[in-house]
Amino acid sequence: MSAREMAIATAAGPSRLNRVVIYGLLLIFAAMYLLPLFVMLTTSFKSLDEIRGGDILALPADPTIQPWLRAWGSACIGVTCDGIKGYFWNSIKMVVPAVLISTALGALNGYVLTKWRFRGHKLVFGLMLFACFIPFQSVLIPMARVLGQLGLSNTTAGLVLVHVVYGIGFTTLFFRNYYEAFPTELIHSAQMDGAGFFTIFRRILLPSSAPIIVVCVIYQFTNIWNDFLFGVSFASGESAPMTVALNNLVASSTGVKEYNVDMAAAVIAALPTLIVYVVAGRYFMRGLMAGAVKG
Amino acid sequence: MAFIEIERLERSIGAHNILKGIDVSLDKGGFLVLLGPSGCGKSTLLNAIAGLQPPTAGDIRIDGDSVVGLHPSKRDIAMVFQSYALYPNMTVGQNIGFPLEMAGIPKAQREADIATVARTLQIGHLLDRRPAQLSGGQRQRVAMARALVRKPRLFLFDEPLSNLDAKLRVEVRAEIKRLHQQTGATIIYVTHDQIEAMTLATQIVVMKEGEIQQTGTPAEIYNRPANMFVADFMGSPPMNMLPGQVAEDGAHLIPEAAPDTPLPLPAPLAPGRKVVLGIRPENIGDDPTGAVPLRLDLPVEIVEPTGSDVFLWLRLGSALLTARLPGNAQPPVGAPYPVAFDMTRAVVFDADSRQRIA
Repeated sequence: MSAREMAIATAAGPSRLNRVVIYGLLLIFAAMYLLPLFVMLTTSFKSLDEIRGGDILALPADPTIQPWLRAWGSACIGVTCDGIKGYFWNSIKMVVPAVLISTALGALNGYVLTKWRFRGHKLVFGLMLFACFIPFQSVLIPMARVLGQLGLSNTTAGLVLVHVVYGIGFTTLFFRNYYEAFPTELIHSAQMDGAGFFTIFRRILLPSSAPIIVVCVIYQFTNIWNDFLFGVSFASGESAPMTVALNNLVASSTGVKEYNVDMAAAVIAALPTLIVYVVAGRYFMRGLMAGAVKG
Repeated sequence: MAFIEIERLERSIGAHNILKGIDVSLDKGGFLVLLGPSGCGKSTLLNAIAGLQPPTAGDIRIDGDSVVGLHPSKRDIAMVFQSYALYPNMTVGQNIGFPLEMAGIPKAQREADIATVARTLQIGHLLDRRPAQLSGGQRQRVAMARALVRKPRLFLFDEPLSNLDAKLRVEVRAEIKRLHQQTGATIIYVTHDQIEAMTLATQIVVMKEGEIQQTGTPAEIYNRPANMFVADFMGSPPMNMLPGQVAEDGAHLIPEAAPDTPLPLPAPLAPGRKVVLGIRPENIGDDPTGAVPLRLDLPVEIVEPTGSDVFLWLRLGSALLTARLPGNAQPPVGAPYPVAFDMTRAVVFDADSRQRIA
């Protein structure tokens, strides 16, 4: 066997072995990530008896949607037994305005910080960036005081305010970096054509901003929907968001532990972010790429 | 009183002076070209006129009224940008109609105006397309249509041809010239291309490092450059420059490169003065009539045929001179070639001040 033939033979061998190892590892990690979801879903369709007696990894022998109905409509959270539906709507009422307002303000900030620069614009942007790195815990008490003085304690409106304030740093960062790459000549041209500040924003900038709006909405939606700390700190009882309610449901220590209902409630809680990501995910990647290449 | 008057205009950023006191005036219907190398401040001057970058001192008057401090949209000026600046989310028709829409003109009137201007620029079939679907030349036309449709009192062009390929550039250049002749519009045009300046302008302002070097008609700028910078910047290939000293008789130049070949000066000068003689390639060459008194046999180093012309690089002592011959000439490389020097067309600069003295 010549040296050349040997080189060819050994090249084919390790490359196939490499593939097996790579895909094997990927499969193992994928299974590790999917296993909890699998357990959650199967458990949520099992009856309590089956859960107690059976194998945790087994498929439901007698599938039932009873746990889902209970989680949604009649599970006991605290002293009331109306399920999580009220809290689900609380979360919707919190997340929709908070996402819309923080995205809109971020877009406006990005527009001003790139196209209407003023003395000290770098400092302002720097401070906004800094806001992204403030740990949530350190603002809890001052924020509680502010909400108290505004009369927004324990309300959804108060939570919206907190999330908007906390989100502006991130949304501004997104939009500023995106608009930085937007040609300033277009703004100048529109100015000469007679368009004002908001007309330029609405007619020229926003129609070209779809990718970054999607990035912003997904990011904000996921963060705000999944937030627990602000929810548990600033809204308790009737106005608590989904995450807090889920915690109360799962952590309640009275009566029999209904694992199937807990699991169903957890899946319901995770569903909206999943839907947002599936619907808008491809724009998300595109938006991230656009920012990366253009910027 | 001129239609456009710019007086002692200055702009500085920090300690850096970008415009150092610019004075320009232009009559209604004139075509003014701001010409200079990049970084000379010509675009800054244009942006100051447009209102996009405010000047730090000085005044800009249009039709007698100062526009300094006026918002760009209130100046009744339209501008064509280098990148065309077409709105990517709007169709061609919406792009052209945008300034009219902003001016609050009703839709029916808008449609009619768009159709008229689209016909003038032959882009009627493109009105429903988006800018991304157009070629460079088509985008250029749309940008001009958007400027034209408002019928403003002044047009600004910021290097509008620099993104086009060579062939298209010539076409659109002619188009701009035709539009100027048809509409009688007043235009201020920025470029670094001296051919564009020569072909389009009624008046050229040559700038360098924030200062005006010379203002004049294309012929004046080309034939009587005010200083060595203008002489060198205008013309391709550039003017031949021969440094030397004025001879004892005051009528000849002793070139440094070839002290034993005195050249006659176009006008008498003080003997011993250090000067630079400038002569354009087209003033060195064949002389079929025999009317030119100065003839020299100079060795040919390089021959550059361009089709319409043949440029020769000739050795004069230690200097190389460029001469222009008709396109059918076939001079042999290496051998001496007889050329006539039309010294009446030559210019002389002071070697120290670099200003033209004859």
